[in-house]
Amino acid sequence: MEEYFIEVKNLCKTFHNKKSSVQVLKGIDLEVKKGEIYGIVGFSGAGKSTLVRCINRLEEPDGGTVRIGDKTVTSLNKKELDLQRSKIGMIFQQFNLFDSMTVYENIAYPLKIKKWKKEDIRKRIDELLELVGLTDKKDAYPGQLSGGQKQRVGIARALANEPDVLLSDEATSALDPQTTISVLDLIKEINRKLGLTIILITHELEVIKYTCDQVAVMENGELLEKGSVREIFENPKCETARNFISVYNKLRASGWES
Amino acid sequence: MSLYKYSFWEVLMHSFSKEVWDQVIPALGETMYMVVISSVFVLLFGVILGLVVVLTGREGLFPCVPLHTVLGAVINCFRSLPQVIIIIVMLPVARLLLGQSYGSNACIISLIASCVPLFARLVESSLLEIDKGKIEAAKAMGSGNARILFRVMLPETLPSLIRSFTNAVVIVISMTALAGSFGAGGIGYIAVTFGYTRYQHDLLFATIIVLIIIVQAVQFCGDACSKMILKKRHLI
Ligand SMILES: Nc1ncnc2c1ncn2[C@@H]1O[C@H](COP(=O)(O)OP(=O)(O)OP(=O)(O)O)[C@@H](O)[C@H]1O
Ligand SMILES: [Mg+2]
Repeated sequence: MEEYFIEVKNLCKTFHNKKSSVQVLKGIDLEVKKGEIYGIVGFSGAGKSTLVRCINRLEEPDGGTVRIGDKTVTSLNKKELDLQRSKIGMIFQQFNLFDSMTVYENIAYPLKIKKWKKEDIRKRIDELLELVGLTDKKDAYPGQLSGGQKQRVGIARALANEPDVLLSDEATSALDPQTTISVLDLIKEINRKLGLTIILITHELEVIKYTCDQVAVMENGELLEKGSVREIFENPKCETARNFISVYNKLRASGWES
Repeated sequence: MSLYKYSFWEVLMHSFSKEVWDQVIPALGETMYMVVISSVFVLLFGVILGLVVVLTGREGLFPCVPLHTVLGAVINCFRSLPQVIIIIVMLPVARLLLGQSYGSNACIISLIASCVPLFARLVESSLLEIDKGKIEAAKAMGSGNARILFRVMLPETLPSLIRSFTNAVVIVISMTALAGSFGAGGIGYIAVTFGYTRYQHDLLFATIIVLIIIVQAVQFCGDACSKMILKKRHLI
């Protein structure tokens, strides 16, 4: 058994526009242990979204490898990739629920892909709704839900197939502080209960401090600093990390975090 | 009854008379035949063509830029011709396909040639409205392309597709009237031969009334369907 569950090596991605090209990932190395909540923090445009999207290949990296467990994601063909993706849950800033489906149908979507039986789907969804605390919203449409409730459905949908990994791209950035806390609590709970490995992208250091075990600071397509949350808070080495922490301290001093 | 001899009111009143409607109703039947058949074909081919254009686009599910470009160009060619010209151009095609270049069925061919490209563009713009994030979410769950197409893209954009189809049907109706003057029969034929050539303005009025009612009804049904779906999804 290898030490790290997720291993990203020398990941590169360049976007080519008509006139220019931007190198968004400049050789990223990242190692995540099983069961960890790994935060990646950085300012807007740092390349955080691109990085997680390369992990499940919503974006094709130009170079480098991604390994999850014993699978090298970057060398899977289309069919194997779809199979692997069903073992990687993902949640989004804009929730990305299907408005044409009820909460139940949304969560059933990934299960139907895997051809689960109706009865099993029903059971599984009851469990999941219980877990995210939305049992009474089973037949509601996303249009009837608040942001926090939508994200809970998003989480339930991401967890439906019992994935090993959860990718969270700014999952709380569209939510108010209280709802943010409750969603983060849910993420921590599923990490604890299900032993899920979680990669959590955010531009808010509070979120990292509240949720994560490990953190990497990202800027300009590079991971400047990696370490445990505690290390980085106590002894930030790079300028960006110090910046983040001073902003965080100012917010705290003004009583932002309750 | 001509407007040159009678007052507007007299002509209008007479346009509701039995003798006028005895002529209009069979024509209405022909028109409805052409509209319904054409609309079915327009729906079928338009959706398929629109889908292919979207799917083969650079960001589509099955990118194939050459096909995308060629189809786009063909659609644009048809779209750049005025409807009258399409009708004239399609007459020989109708003769080739049906053995005759007049009558309702020949007209249907022109209607399809003119309205399929139009509706395909409407379908394209409806499908492009979908939030890319939803497609990504589906991909991230390991969804195959066919499932994304039929379970996500089409249902999510259904209200907008219905509105587009309503617009297309309204255009089919107006074009049917136009084709009437090229031997297709129906309401358009009545309007041109009696209303224009013979100054029977009571008949002309009757055709106008019929067209307005049909278009209103179609628009109402389309709007109602699309609203009903949006209401069900609590999006309005
Ligand atoms: N499809 C694309 N084509 C071209 N450039 C892109 C594309 N996607 C992202 N970029 C560029 O890559 C850079 C990094 O984008 P990315 O979305 O990864 O940043 P981010 O760290 O997630 O920012 P944010 O916090 O705002 O979400 C940006 O400069 C962006 O303009
Ligand atoms: Mg981002």
